[in-house]
Amino acid sequence: MTSSAQVELASEKGRSVRQDPVAAEAALAVRGLTVSYGEKPAVFSVDATFPAKAMTAIVGPNGAGKSTLLKAALGVIPRLSGEVTVFGQPIGTARDRIAYVPQRASVDWDFPTTVIDVVQMGLYRRVGLLGRLTGALRARANDCLDRVGMADFADRQIGQLSGGQQQRVFLARALAQDAELYLLDEPFAGVDAATERAIIDVLRSLRAEGKAVISVHHDLATVVDYFDNVFLINVRKIAEGPVATTFTGPNLNATYGGRLAATHIDQLQLAGGA
Amino acid sequence: MKPFLDAMLLGAGYNAALVGLGAALLGFAAGTAGTFLFLRKRALVSDAVAHATLPGVGIAFILMVSFGGDGRNLFGLLAGSAVTAWIGLLLVESMARRTRLSEDAAIGAVLSVFFGIGVVLLTVIQTMSSGRQAGLESFLLGSTAGMLFQDAVVIAIGGTLAVLATWLLRRPMTLVAFDAEYAAASGYDVRRIDLAMMGLVLAVTVIGLKIVGLILIVAMLIIPPVTARFWTEKSDRLIWYAGALGGFSGYVGAAISASAPALPTGPIIVLVAAALFGLSLFLAPKRGVTAAIIRHRRFQRRVHRRQGLLALSRGEPIHDDLTLKVLTTEGYIRPDGVATEAGRAQAAKIARDEHRWEAARRVHQDTSLTGRYDGLTPIEQVFTRDEIAAFDRIIGGPTPVPEQSGGIA
Repeated sequence: MTSSAQVELASEKGRSVRQDPVAAEAALAVRGLTVSYGEKPAVFSVDATFPAKAMTAIVGPNGAGKSTLLKAALGVIPRLSGEVTVFGQPIGTARDRIAYVPQRASVDWDFPTTVIDVVQMGLYRRVGLLGRLTGALRARANDCLDRVGMADFADRQIGQLSGGQQQRVFLARALAQDAELYLLDEPFAGVDAATERAIIDVLRSLRAEGKAVISVHHDLATVVDYFDNVFLINVRKIAEGPVATTFTGPNLNATYGGRLAATHIDQLQLAGGA
Repeated sequence: MKPFLDAMLLGAGYNAALVGLGAALLGFAAGTAGTFLFLRKRALVSDAVAHATLPGVGIAFILMVSFGGDGRNLFGLLAGSAVTAWIGLLLVESMARRTRLSEDAAIGAVLSVFFGIGVVLLTVIQTMSSGRQAGLESFLLGSTAGMLFQDAVVIAIGGTLAVLATWLLRRPMTLVAFDAEYAAASGYDVRRIDLAMMGLVLAVTVIGLKIVGLILIVAMLIIPPVTARFWTEKSDRLIWYAGALGGFSGYVGAAISASAPALPTGPIIVLVAAALFGLSLFLAPKRGVTAAIIRHRRFQRRVHRRQGLLALSRGEPIHDDLTLKVLTTEGYIRPDGVATEAGRAQAAKIARDEHRWEAARRVHQDTSLTGRYDGLTPIEQVFTRDEIAAFDRIIGGPTPVPEQSGGIA
């Protein structure tokens, strides 16, 4: 009984390694992911491999399924089909290794809570139902808030924050989780220049610590500057890979169709163009 | 007044004391569990759940009588009501999730259909020959006449368990109420947490049937947290404030209803809770209506003061009545409209700060500082003294305001 179970376990391990050697290297790997509202797919049959220890942008036009891809991979919205692994593990067993930063607009900012309370929400999983937020954990939450430059705002009601400050608080909450993979949904949308700098600094420091960052990104002008890899999507996958070889005029044309004027593409600081 | 004071001090008899304590416990449990209903913005689901208890009451009565038991055994009736309420809840949930119906449509459908079934069952029971059926309709609006000790025990145990469960689940429920997407991404089962929350609400509803009744229990769940929201910005405090307000309403409401023969308990409790809400609405320090009006008035005066002083500094006439009034009462202009000494000084300062801000925007490209410029915040609160001195070097020396400044045009 025991031995047969062990054999089964071993063979399963062996199979998964043989079958998909990339998956162990990948921070997040998605196979055949399809999400559909009604019968119109928002994301169709997408394979994606997001490398570890790197920053990857998910880029595509409005309604191309960028956020949907992220949310479906995390199980926030149901997927019609598809498999998701995180560092080679099924996502269900790897929750502690993931931190998610949702879009700012997804919550009610009049909720009765303070900035530090929101950051401490990132510790709830670790603390459990009965656990106490110990002094060390509280200090950790304060450090995370400090890291995004919001230490002075700890006791503010969240409704009093500017959009950029709200985004920083969400990032601090994710930092408190101390994850290995950070997934962000449009972190730069509608934030001020100082916040954009603060956020990108934090993301770069995460990469320097060997962590993976995946971000839905809408600003084509900063892709080359900010990211190592890019994943181009328009319902289907268009291309993925290092920015240097993937973020090219032809690929962008394929992603945006006619919606991106040729002159605009010329102005972009494209990989290989310079 | 005497009967009311007696009831407040538990001196109005055994039954009244039992009712008072039961109502206080129920109010506390309803306030705490209701907090998450309010935060999750699902108040009306609880109304559907409450109305879905009625068929259960009827079915339980019929079953107990037909097995030869006491049809009015409270525990049996409550168990029956819990079963149909749970079915109602699952129906609302699955209709909203699996069909294209929105949740409010599902609530409307479940609420009316279950209530209809319940009324039909009660009518059937009226025609039954056995089982002391009188009094079942008191579950509609609650009744405390003839409350037994074991009834109070059921309420006490149920209420305590509900409060304990609320405390235990406060973190996941807060997380789901604030940011369900994040909770799901972190591995919480949002649907199960929502069901647990509604299960708590259901438990409170069921134990509240006896005292408050199914029609008004939604008020006990929602009014206390809404009232508490006026007094705190922290969700963990909100839970206990709401519990305290609910408990107070229950106790005082029960005492009032005990002080006069025909006053119904449930509606009186709800009216007490509503009175507390009304007081909070007007008097709460930050979120209250009065505070908001005062804040707006102050802001308006500040805007007018600044506008008037700027006009003085430029030697322009002032036409606006409120501006004139503000400047006169604060001693910046004489009643005939001519600027006083203090007015000229203040006008010069305002004008100078205006120039300083222009310089500040040139020096500090960083928007996080200059972004705080609203024309009303004194520049000293944003920049240090040496920074302001730097602006002064850019804009040069001060310009005095002319003597004959102002005047009513």
